[in-house]
Amino acid sequence: MTEISMVVNGKSVKADVADNTLLVDYIRESLRLTGTHVGCDTSQCGACVVHVDGKAVKSCTMLAASAQGSDVTTIEGLANGDLHPMQAAFKENHGLQCGFCTPGMIMSATDMVARYNASGKELTEEAIRDELEGNICRCTGYHNIVKAIADGASKMTNA
Amino acid sequence: MSELKYHKASNASEAASMISGTEDGKFLAGGQTLLPTMKAKLAAPSDLVDVSGASDMIGISISGNTVSIGAMTTHADVAGNPELNAVCPSICALAGNIGDPAVRHRGTIGGSVANNDPAADYPAALLALGATITTNNRDISADDFFVGMFETALEDGEIITKVSFDAPEKGAYAKFPNPASRYAMVGVFAAKSSGGARVAVTGAGSDGVFRQSDMEAALDGSWSPDSVSDVSVSADNLLSDIHGDAAYRANLVKVMAARAVANA
Repeated sequence: MTEISMVVNGKSVKADVADNTLLVDYIRESLRLTGTHVGCDTSQCGACVVHVDGKAVKSCTMLAASAQGSDVTTIEGLANGDLHPMQAAFKENHGLQCGFCTPGMIMSATDMVARYNASGKELTEEAIRDELEGNICRCTGYHNIVKAIADGASKMTNA
Repeated sequence: MSELKYHKASNASEAASMISGTEDGKFLAGGQTLLPTMKAKLAAPSDLVDVSGASDMIGISISGNTVSIGAMTTHADVAGNPELNAVCPSICALAGNIGDPAVRHRGTIGGSVANNDPAADYPAALLALGATITTNNRDISADDFFVGMFETALEDGEIITKVSFDAPEKGAYAKFPNPASRYAMVGVFAAKSSGGARVAVTGAGSDGVFRQSDMEAALDGSWSPDSVSDVSVSADNLLSDIHGDAAYRANLVKVMAARAVANA
């Protein structure tokens, strides 16, 4: 067992975990934050994407112990009373059907917007599609997800 | 995943001493290959020594033309480094095309090179750039480092701390990604330096990454896409699988090499 401590959605947490515990299992099973999903469990689908120290990572492909001392944000940590602008954009643009991939899509979307804003690059439709390489949706065919991210990006920038 | 003992190293020498006491320990870099491999029960190390936060193994330094990249520098940090992009844009472009954005936030150059996956991108770059791989014990030239499929010159317990190379006059990487996995079915890195042209091929060789010396000679004669297109590439010792047979890959080597030269 290893003792870990980190900040998750602004709250300090601490636990003794088995050394082989994946970050996603710690988030879902110990913290009961079940918005982060396990889809493929092979780092392909992106349903498990969370932010670790401000960067999108696949929490099924990181040990909980490796996140020691980190600042972690899950989908539950985005909304602040009202929906986060990116969540609102997914709702308004019908960016989901079954919703299973949506938490990962939104965490990847907010990450890409932050990176593009920081580097001053334009988040074009082509760039959004390229950035979604690691997030798989089996319902929507992506068109409305891409629209939602473009809309969410402008809402975040103008917020 | 099997049970294991986790250790977190804060620097390279601590990592080396941590692993020396283990029964069957492995270094954990970004974990983007090792953790899926362990989940699939294809590896079951007794211990993991996490080096992703080893402070003396992270970062990029550039002095004139000479580039040094710490082994735990992530693909995202290589791809997005403006100073590196100014002297060697080809390696930034290569790094920005590995995996997906979330994978690039964790995966590292040292992890990729140590694993020497036959379809990995970085080995082609280091071989074509004539890079030096520095470990906690010694310097190893890329020509000596990549021994075979998933095989390197690393000894047990030896850890890569950095890679370094001189930026080429011209260089580019062209890859034909598998449409599903996005791994290179064939990737070719072509570089032109004062010492001559070097062409390295990944994704195609049954012994992993290799240099295409006929193309290097042709490019030394004339650096142009047509020079490599005119070289005949044998299908011997190339991979055949459900995605493409050896003859198909042999043709792709020519096409990717021509694209790399054209883009350099």
